[in-house]
Amino acid sequence: MMNLQQKVMDAVARAVPLDPATVKPDSTFEGLGIDSLDAVNVVFELENTLKIRIPEDFSVYEVADMAELTTAMKAFLGTREDCLA
Amino acid sequence: MPEKSLHRVVVTGLGAVSALGNDIAGFWRCLCEGECGIGPLTRVATGELKTRVAAEVKNFAPHRRFDKRQLNLLDPFAQFALVATDEAVSNAGLSFSDGLGARTAIVLGNCIGGDAVINQSALRLYGQKKAGLHPLTIPRAMNNAAVSHIAIKHGITGPAFTISSACASATHAIGQAYWMVRHGMVSAAVAGGSEACLTLGTFKAWEALRVMAADTCRPFSRGRKGLVLGEGAGTVVLESMRSAVARGAPIYAELAGFGMSADAADIVHPSVNGIAAAMKRALSDAELAPDRVDYVNAHGTGTQVNDATETGALHRVFGAHATKLAISSTKSMHGHALGASGALEAIATVLAVHNGAVPPTVNYSGPDPDCDLDYTPNLARDMPVRAALTNSFAFGGLNAVLAVRQFA
Repeated sequence: MMNLQQKVMDAVARAVPLDPATVKPDSTFEGLGIDSLDAVNVVFELENTLKIRIPEDFSVYEVADMAELTTAMKAFLGTREDCLA
Repeated sequence: MPEKSLHRVVVTGLGAVSALGNDIAGFWRCLCEGECGIGPLTRVATGELKTRVAAEVKNFAPHRRFDKRQLNLLDPFAQFALVATDEAVSNAGLSFSDGLGARTAIVLGNCIGGDAVINQSALRLYGQKKAGLHPLTIPRAMNNAAVSHIAIKHGITGPAFTISSACASATHAIGQAYWMVRHGMVSAAVAGGSEACLTLGTFKAWEALRVMAADTCRPFSRGRKGLVLGEGAGTVVLESMRSAVARGAPIYAELAGFGMSADAADIVHPSVNGIAAAMKRALSDAELAPDRVDYVNAHGTGTQVNDATETGALHRVFGAHATKLAISSTKSMHGHALGASGALEAIATVLAVHNGAVPPTVNYSGPDPDCDLDYTPNLARDMPVRAALTNSFAFGGLNAVLAVRQFA
């Protein structure tokens, strides 16, 4: 079973879209060339893939890199009825 | 304040995507050969439909023209508009750097906007009961998306907007752009229309009106059964004659006049008074005597009522000269592409004037008592075209007519 970190990175790659090989735990949004419109797509993809609800005031730009993004997503697990842990 | 004089306006670029090909060369070749772009509907599962024909764009290959990131933002109606505009601008040899961008307008016609996106979103929300829609739903679906993407791509910062007046949208759009160039508000304009409306929702809605043909589109013909939906985009580049000549631009024809009217009668049935008025206003705006017109590209949807009413209006406007006109409806070949139709037909008209050849009305099976004029049946005709009109008469009685003249 894929770990959460990998699921998050794959979701980011799918959303933009980006070559999945370029997304690493220490990749930053800026470094990956992800602009604000892409960021909206990333949130949408994370919500659907992880079956979570991300609050409106969450900003992807507040997390330093993919590793921190994963930590942030962990906090949202269990926020949807049909969620997977 | 001294009165400014009006500029003469010419057409210096053309671009088209339609059931007749994805560029002008294909479009004009099909028109000359009387090749019909109407065929079996493949875009939508036809099981639930009575209408199983459409004039589909073929082999468009969006993945070869746009990368994944661009496709994320572009509904097909915007894709078609971008491609047609690229061709027209390149055709005209225009560059928008060096300040021209700020003095160029973009006006496109469109009816439905991102129909594919809207249908997909409805399915998601109401059918699949999903909690949310894709974040790019609005930017993709909005009717103005095509104009915005064109502005971004070409660096055009002048007046830019979308016009929606049903079947007359693109004709109204070209007319507004024409007025802006004519008055010197801008030096150039990119104008036309686009539509990508071949979805289940749109088909069902049109079928409910009982004006769709199940066989094909036969404008003005005995046995005509109604319209056939199409899709695509058409773009023209307009400039003042003075600047076009000064830069040695290719000039296809002069856009000589524009007439508009509202029927103020019925929400679906055309009125002979309203459509005659729009034609008369186009002629008078162009200072064109009726007997100087050689060709009329008709609205000619192939419905019983439009074709009969349009014939009556042609008699009224042209009098004895009506029987000498070559008339044709190119919808018989490219279908009724709604917001793109007026543009495709304006382009066909400009090319008819430029090349001295009138495209036919195909699928013509014989004369109808209510339609007694010369509709150039089935075969194109080589003949000089000194001046022409192109007609668009929209649902809701909104009429727009452009007058095109040979450039001398």
